[in-house]
Amino acid sequence: MQTQADPRPAPAAALHSPLGLLAELTHRCPLGCPYCSNPLELDRRTDELDTATWARVFREAAALGVLQVHLSGGEPAARRDLVDIMAAARDAGLYTNLITSGVGVTTKLLGALADAGLDHVQISIQDSEPKSADHIAGYDGAYARKRALAAEVVALKVPLTANIVIHRANIERVDELVAMALEMGATRVEIAHVQYYGWALKNRAALMPTREQVERAVGRVEALRERHHGRIVIDAVVPDYHARFPKPCVGGWGRRSLNVTPSGRVLPCHAAESIPGLEFWSVRDRPLREIWESSPAFNAFRGTAFLPEPCQGCARRDLDFGGCRCQAFALTGDAKATDPVCHLSPHHHVVEELAAFREDGPYVYRRG
Amino acid sequence: MNETATPTIAPEARPRLPRGVRLVHNEAQGGWVLLAPERVFKADQIAAEVVKRCTGEATFDAIVEDLATTFNAPPERVRSDVAALLRGLADKKLLEL
Repeated sequence: MQTQADPRPAPAAALHSPLGLLAELTHRCPLGCPYCSNPLELDRRTDELDTATWARVFREAAALGVLQVHLSGGEPAARRDLVDIMAAARDAGLYTNLITSGVGVTTKLLGALADAGLDHVQISIQDSEPKSADHIAGYDGAYARKRALAAEVVALKVPLTANIVIHRANIERVDELVAMALEMGATRVEIAHVQYYGWALKNRAALMPTREQVERAVGRVEALRERHHGRIVIDAVVPDYHARFPKPCVGGWGRRSLNVTPSGRVLPCHAAESIPGLEFWSVRDRPLREIWESSPAFNAFRGTAFLPEPCQGCARRDLDFGGCRCQAFALTGDAKATDPVCHLSPHHHVVEELAAFREDGPYVYRRG
Repeated sequence: MNETATPTIAPEARPRLPRGVRLVHNEAQGGWVLLAPERVFKADQIAAEVVKRCTGEATFDAIVEDLATTFNAPPERVRSDVAALLRGLADKKLLEL
């Protein structure tokens, strides 16, 4: 058996089949997390795709090779037709993953989802300290609701992932957070260092940990992974402002995954609209296959031919594809540049300066 | 216990895929894949044949015997290969023993 994540260089011209579809069912959410990855400009409720359109998108996605759908948002439970949407994805043959804040998923709703074949639930965790957790979420009682929902998920024998978002306010509690995930009955935990897009970019100075904190946290995760081997799977998203090499963002632009926004625009990644000048097509107007193969936004950064030096001559070119396009744009103004997270980038000093800049101020909560 | 020893699995164990892990065939992805939370594993033909038999009904012994007969392979070799595969899957939470 071999994991699909194996970095194998592909012929430049070959068009891959996507593996995953992130379905942003709505941008509505009761929580206000200051690191939310939704765009600053949120899609309105009145523009959201209807149930039948989502069902068609799932059938088209499955035909395209998509294996897993991530039902996300905002808070997906804000959709009254969530059970029908999930069932449609399941009927299309997709593996269904519910990504939830926990708030709004009632016992009854969860039961209906489980009965209809929901494969997996992922609950976001803000902190192991209830007060701090609710403060980060901007929602009183969120912590308690998440714990209660986790117990219900486990009782229904649906596998649970705890998605722990790490930043300055909780980075010293990695051990407590993993202990909490175990206590919740999660079989998988994701240690996700904040990535600075959307609302997180706005709150960067308030979220940024110190280099020493990051190094300690990475060390703790390694130790915990070893200690809990066979009990819980610990996956970690690297804190990229403190990395030497960039992440292979979304497994390569237009290569492994796609994202459908609440109103139907199809994006190579959830932050892609932060790059100006890209033309996105909508599932309202065209079938998914045509969008995957031909939309200008998907073809804008496919492959590696557009990359400058030092990427072109680099042995890692086909491993990380020069990193993240959105980050390259956000930090250098050029979406085709080497991701400045890379220590070989001529702009790397920008990342170092930003990683060293911290300001304790009130969060700008995501609202809408 | 020696760390390099071949993993052993109780003869009467009845391995099964837990809820949230599914083996599916997908043409566009070129064959069998094992789907799990946030993960996709490509299964070669042999791994797929093993996993298909992990129904929670058949015992480990029965699975080994079935595979050895079906593929006309030496049972002891099949036993150690299948044990290693299943133990690896169980460690990744992809299988219940």
